[in-house]
Amino acid sequence: MRIALFVTCLVDALFPRVGQATTELLERLGHEVVFPAGQTCCGQMHVNTGYAREAVELVRHHVDVFSDADVIVTPSGSCAGSVRHQHAALARDAGDDALARRAEAVAARTYELSELLVDVLGVSDVGAYYPHRVTYHPTCHSLRVLRVGDRPLRLLRQVAGMTLVELPEAETCCGFGGTFAVKNAPTSTAMLADKMRHVLGTGAEVATAGDASCLMHIGGGLTRLRAATRTVHLAEILASTQSSV
Amino acid sequence: MAAAFLGIPAPPGVGQLRGDRSFPAAARDALGDSQLRRNLGHAIGVIRTKRATAVGELDDWEQLRLAGEAIKRATMARLDDHLVRLEAEVSARGGTVHWARDANEANAIVTGLVQATGATELVKVKSMATQEIGLNAALADAGITAHETDLAELIIQLGDDVPSHILVPAIHRNRAEIRELFLREMPGVDPSLTAEPRHLAMAARAHLRRTFLRARVAVSGANFGVADTGSLVVVESEGNGRMCLTLPETLITVMGIEKVVPSWQDLEVFLQLLPRSSTGERMNPYTSTWSGVTPGDGPRAFHLVLLDNGRTAALGDAVGRDALHCIRCSACLNVCPVYERTGGHAYGSVYPGPIGAVLSPQLTGIHSGSDDNASLPYASSLCGACYDVCPVRIDIPSLLVRLRTAHVDAARDRPLPTAEALTMAAAAWVMSSPTRFAAAETASRLGRLAGRASGRLSSLPPPLSAWTSSRDAPRPPEETFRQWWSRTRGGSA
Repeated sequence: MRIALFVTCLVDALFPRVGQATTELLERLGHEVVFPAGQTCCGQMHVNTGYAREAVELVRHHVDVFSDADVIVTPSGSCAGSVRHQHAALARDAGDDALARRAEAVAARTYELSELLVDVLGVSDVGAYYPHRVTYHPTCHSLRVLRVGDRPLRLLRQVAGMTLVELPEAETCCGFGGTFAVKNAPTSTAMLADKMRHVLGTGAEVATAGDASCLMHIGGGLTRLRAATRTVHLAEILASTQSSV
Repeated sequence: MAAAFLGIPAPPGVGQLRGDRSFPAAARDALGDSQLRRNLGHAIGVIRTKRATAVGELDDWEQLRLAGEAIKRATMARLDDHLVRLEAEVSARGGTVHWARDANEANAIVTGLVQATGATELVKVKSMATQEIGLNAALADAGITAHETDLAELIIQLGDDVPSHILVPAIHRNRAEIRELFLREMPGVDPSLTAEPRHLAMAARAHLRRTFLRARVAVSGANFGVADTGSLVVVESEGNGRMCLTLPETLITVMGIEKVVPSWQDLEVFLQLLPRSSTGERMNPYTSTWSGVTPGDGPRAFHLVLLDNGRTAALGDAVGRDALHCIRCSACLNVCPVYERTGGHAYGSVYPGPIGAVLSPQLTGIHSGSDDNASLPYASSLCGACYDVCPVRIDIPSLLVRLRTAHVDAARDRPLPTAEALTMAAAAWVMSSPTRFAAAETASRLGRLAGRASGRLSSLPPPLSAWTSSRDAPRPPEETFRQWWSRTRGGSA
């Protein structure tokens, strides 16, 4: 299958390894990955901070870039959520029904990584090997906007060599929330502190999730604490093999 | 937001819909109160589990939620008709209906009605609407003493405190604190009072009985008003509300106009949704209903005050009006990770938590720069837990985003854009072009030189210093993804 990668602005600029892992994983499973070079950002930060007017231009750009793709994958529950649940509504609010219809068409072909693997490609064992103790944090938007359910866990349970430990109060937000982390930093930090307490309580070496943004938050807190647990994106674990470890 | 002018916002200076500080400032203090966080964390954990169990028992819960949402939406679409019908039916059964445009009008109406009876004191059943309009303070100004009879409201009143939760107004207090308060403030209390819940309740009971038997006037709120029969419904757990509703000669009910439901069939849906969502019970313990006055049974005079106080203004927004669907169950507070850590007082309004963050700013309006409710729509990480538990499916995260947009758009008219607005505009300009975006990535990587070699930045300039105050920031990598792609896959980037 020919799959267009929507890598997200955050991964492109700060966490390229997540995009590389997504590419390597899909190629290993026998698919062709293409990277539409015109892509930039889905505009979620603008929308969620109240800048809908600016976001509409980013939506237009995103739709232009991906309108030819058959299947689009993104290693982010949050950005997939924005594409699927915000783009068309933004266009409609701006009075651009034609853009809204094109946005709906792109949204219908856009999948978060675990959705693509389980629902479209029909795999749960991707042949990964990852000899570590790992705990999984289901990010809010993958859980409650996309409803990915246990798809990431089904994928993780098949990873050879890995010990998967349950995260207490896993479904509680880590406190990131985009600009919330800065506008309400003390509240965000209080939420993060509880998330880190639960992560560290599992004794896991690695905390994983399907969103680089939430992992940036949790990981930023963990390194500040000089904690032994590090954050690794789901795609990186699934891309790991016996030969790469 | 809709441009059409369809109502007036709740006026400032009266009642409790606005705090005197922004949410972040108030939250900062609350977060530092370890006793508060412990009290809240414990109480909320218990309620949350109870609700999940009660909801999990029903296999048609989602259909019930859909029904609740549909009834509310249909009712709001014809709110004027239903209210006029309610008025006619209440009047036909011997009640008197008063229309109050805002808090000041409602307070004046209730004060006048109490004064007409000659009473100088009254009993109250727990009511959000009368807290919203600051009725007790208005009555006190007129020399009338209002006695709260709900146990939690009594705790609040004795402590000269304000509610911090819709359902459990004194959730921020533990039993040791309540014992101390009773010993200090409750007249004639047994000095050997312990902190056992049963002893505390018995002390309150003895204190309240004297008041109930003396009172000639009662003030209540209403959970629902059934238009078909002009019937009012109060849902409570203690029975103290029923004492208020039946013992006094005069009963005055203050009800927000959004509380009307067309029929008893509609009510049936909400009486299933509400107890399971709020207290985690299958059925509500005390559900009182009355229609006008009945000779020889209960109050001889009944007055219904229908309160607008910004509700029509909220109804004018095609999306924001969904906040008026709220049945005050407080399930959204109990699952909210922000509320759990800051408590209700940080929201400054009698309506705290996620629903308060969308309801309060709509009732007051957020367009005034000095109005602190403008910070409420940002008091959320948009995690969506509130939407999942809402019994009438109010999409609170989307409403929060919509209010943020309204706030940002209102600021666009100012002569000088905010720093944030400039940053957002610049970011949108950069990100609408891959060339500019790639150039910005290269520029940010130059910033690597400023960071330490660890791959983490521990200090950034404002406003990002708010991030690095507690979290490291990632250092830009040697190579962006698009550069890696170009190098390894050969495509142009």
